[in-house]
Amino acid sequence: MHADLSLTVDGHHHTLTVDTRTTVLDALREHLAVTSPKKGCDHGQCGACTVLLDGRRTLSCLSLAVAHDGAEVTTADGLAPEGELHPVAQAFLDHDAFQCGYCTPGQICSAVGMLDEAAAGHPSVVTDDLAGPVTLDRAEIAERLSGNLCRCGAYAHIVDAVAEVGSEVAR
Amino acid sequence: MTTASRPFVPRATGRPMTRPEGPQKVRGTAPYTVETPGTDALYLSPVQAGVARGRVTAIDTSAAEALDGVVAVLTHEDAPRLAREADADHGVLQSATIHQHGQYLAAVLATSSETAREAASLVTVDVVEEPHAAVLDEDSPEVYAPAALVVGATDDTRGDPETALADAEVVLRATYRTPMEHHQAMEPHATVARWEGERLVVHEATQAVSWTRQALAAAFGLEESSIEVISQHVGGGFGSKGGTHPNTVLTALAARVVPGRSVRYALTRQQTFDLVGYRPATVQHVALGADRDGRLTAITHDVVTQGSRIGEFVEPAAAFSRGMYAAEARRTTHRVVPLDIGAPTFMRAPGEAPGSFAGESAMDELAIELGIDPVELRVRNEPEVDPETGLPFSSRNLVACLRRGAERFGWAERDPAPRARLVDGWWHGTGVAAASFPVVRFPGSEATIRAVGGRDGDGDGPVGYAVEIAAAEIGQGARAALTAIAADALDVPVERIDLRIGDTAFGAAGPAGGSAGTTSWGATIVEAAERFRDKYGDDPDDGDEADASTPDNPWASDYAMHAYGAHFVEVAVHADTGEIRVPRMLGVFAAGRIVNPLTARSQFLGGMTWGLSAALHEESVLDDRFGHVVNRDLAGYHVATNADVGAVEVEWLDENDPYVNPMGTKGIGEIGIVGVAAAIANAAHHATGVRVRSLPITLDAFL
Repeated sequence: MHADLSLTVDGHHHTLTVDTRTTVLDALREHLAVTSPKKGCDHGQCGACTVLLDGRRTLSCLSLAVAHDGAEVTTADGLAPEGELHPVAQAFLDHDAFQCGYCTPGQICSAVGMLDEAAAGHPSVVTDDLAGPVTLDRAEIAERLSGNLCRCGAYAHIVDAVAEVGSEVAR
Repeated sequence: MTTASRPFVPRATGRPMTRPEGPQKVRGTAPYTVETPGTDALYLSPVQAGVARGRVTAIDTSAAEALDGVVAVLTHEDAPRLAREADADHGVLQSATIHQHGQYLAAVLATSSETAREAASLVTVDVVEEPHAAVLDEDSPEVYAPAALVVGATDDTRGDPETALADAEVVLRATYRTPMEHHQAMEPHATVARWEGERLVVHEATQAVSWTRQALAAAFGLEESSIEVISQHVGGGFGSKGGTHPNTVLTALAARVVPGRSVRYALTRQQTFDLVGYRPATVQHVALGADRDGRLTAITHDVVTQGSRIGEFVEPAAAFSRGMYAAEARRTTHRVVPLDIGAPTFMRAPGEAPGSFAGESAMDELAIELGIDPVELRVRNEPEVDPETGLPFSSRNLVACLRRGAERFGWAERDPAPRARLVDGWWHGTGVAAASFPVVRFPGSEATIRAVGGRDGDGDGPVGYAVEIAAAEIGQGARAALTAIAADALDVPVERIDLRIGDTAFGAAGPAGGSAGTTSWGATIVEAAERFRDKYGDDPDDGDEADASTPDNPWASDYAMHAYGAHFVEVAVHADTGEIRVPRMLGVFAAGRIVNPLTARSQFLGGMTWGLSAALHEESVLDDRFGHVVNRDLAGYHVATNADVGAVEVEWLDENDPYVNPMGTKGIGEIGIVGVAAAIANAAHHATGVRVRSLPITLDAFL
């Protein structure tokens, strides 16, 4: 069974016909040739497919495309105009917060979404004051990014990179 | 053989460089294997065996073939024939015999991934099960001594270790166990294959395009020159993308029935637990004999590992004990129990990683027995020459690593008493362990250097250099490192180097493995640069070209060459729940000249994070009934997450080793993991008084 839908991906509008079993991730990668989000597990266990879906970080492998007709998708490639880098992406590059790079677009989308969540005061399991503003210390960053696995083990550098941007956002 | 006559002067080498491919990687636009632009690729989805051993008696593909969008279904009855040279592991769809759970029994080609998967689920297979063994039992009557290890002898005995143990003032005997572990690179193994007549073009997630080409040539009975293997970006390998596995052969085989069309196959996460290798489980019996002053008189390290009937790889865990410490008498042995499971393979620091858990835990236990500080015990047993070969060391700075680490970690203030520091409900402790990893150079890489521009060339700019070598970028930073080495070898700025890698069109090349990439490829590039400059000087004409293959190391038989390291960790164990955390890790390394401090730090960090993950999380559990890994996804097979990692500190000592290679580098990709699990186990004992001799260290050990 197939269905028609439209998606806006990194600012580009697309209409497409997909199998109703097609995930947002496969719609992007296999139908639109948008391969910035990666397929690491296809089961919501690794985070490599993370995109911003209508502004929120989302595991695109766990989302069926037909359920998101009209949605706006931002991938790591769409966070900044071509030739420029989003501050989080720049910090990842500067801190060498990756090795193989396969989890990286998902890490970066997750970090961008997470910074918004923290700015909006969403607490995490390691937040002491559930009602107050969130201070993004290392434990908060690590906790909030633990849905994104990095088998190369770049976590310490990922926290460095996000902390740098997070502290600038806080200023 | 030739050696460089010009000294290698590090200018770019030793300075931090961000990855040339970094801007693409942070945007996600660096193309990994299945992202290679190409039209009309068909999707492959396999049918896999559900038993460990048996025969296919019937296979019905009619329902699958009837599905819209299915182009072909291959089984052993109709798949193209492979060369006889294809071994059991690579002889995909060639017979009805089932050697392991998860073995490919059929493959569907379809125009969409959803259809391919659905069709594969519609194939019905009748099998007759046969008796099998899937779980390691060290007392198995089938246990055997392998002919040799990948490097070194199966067994190695010096002196009379049993007599030395009987005579020793203090003896420590213990058995350590490490589990089956899976690599779990974030990018699942992937292949895109296309036949153009009798020519095969393969895009492959591999640590060695040359090895992939070699394996496919053997499987299909082709000349290597008929095959091109391309691999521009690889999403991690850790050993599992070194050898060629059945998935690659299957994809190329299936592509054969659709000439001119590309077939793509990326493994599902679950399939990466079936057919692409693992670190085999080990049982390690260690005995240390020493005098009261802590001088070792005997070391024995006897290993039994999990093996496979379809492909031998021996985890060389006891080899770690051949070179670490001085002792008059020493015995190291390896035995294998063959099982009806997939073939094991290299996994990050094969041998050293599990071997150091046993060896360095035993040293800690001996230190406690003797009442000697564990750093001091190691220093007292520092050998003057390599205990294995009797050769002098090209450089050995283990003691310096231990001393520096102790100083930075604050080791001097440590109270050795176990179970003595309870803070806010957590028992705290600290531990130390040492690390080593050999300097490896693979022969047979080829490098070409060609002037681009320059006199008579296009453009007015200075001459550029195309540097071609079929090296692999698996995340270790080969592009940055080799660019810097080429620039220094040619004595030009890095901007004038155009490094081209990851394609067999550039010739043969050794793998990204054995921590040997920079040594093997770098030495080859330096050699090619030397020849280029001898031939054309530093002002060449456009198109001037020189090539070289990997030179032998003239010092190889004169010196023992290894990198060393020391790990210091702090552990906290919850007094009520037994939860174990590692708030602080420090690794100090002596690993020759560091080419790129920025990416090198990531390699050490990554290795240490792997060590933490192995210590606390990783264990593949085999089901004896069916021979499959039960916890075959990332929810069941735990790898360290961001929140599992505390403060990690990395430091390296300046080390000038003129013998290893022209650049003075030692490998750094694996030593970071070596010893970490022991350091954590040692710290856990210091925290709680509980000695854990089996990995992973889980909370039940402390309750």
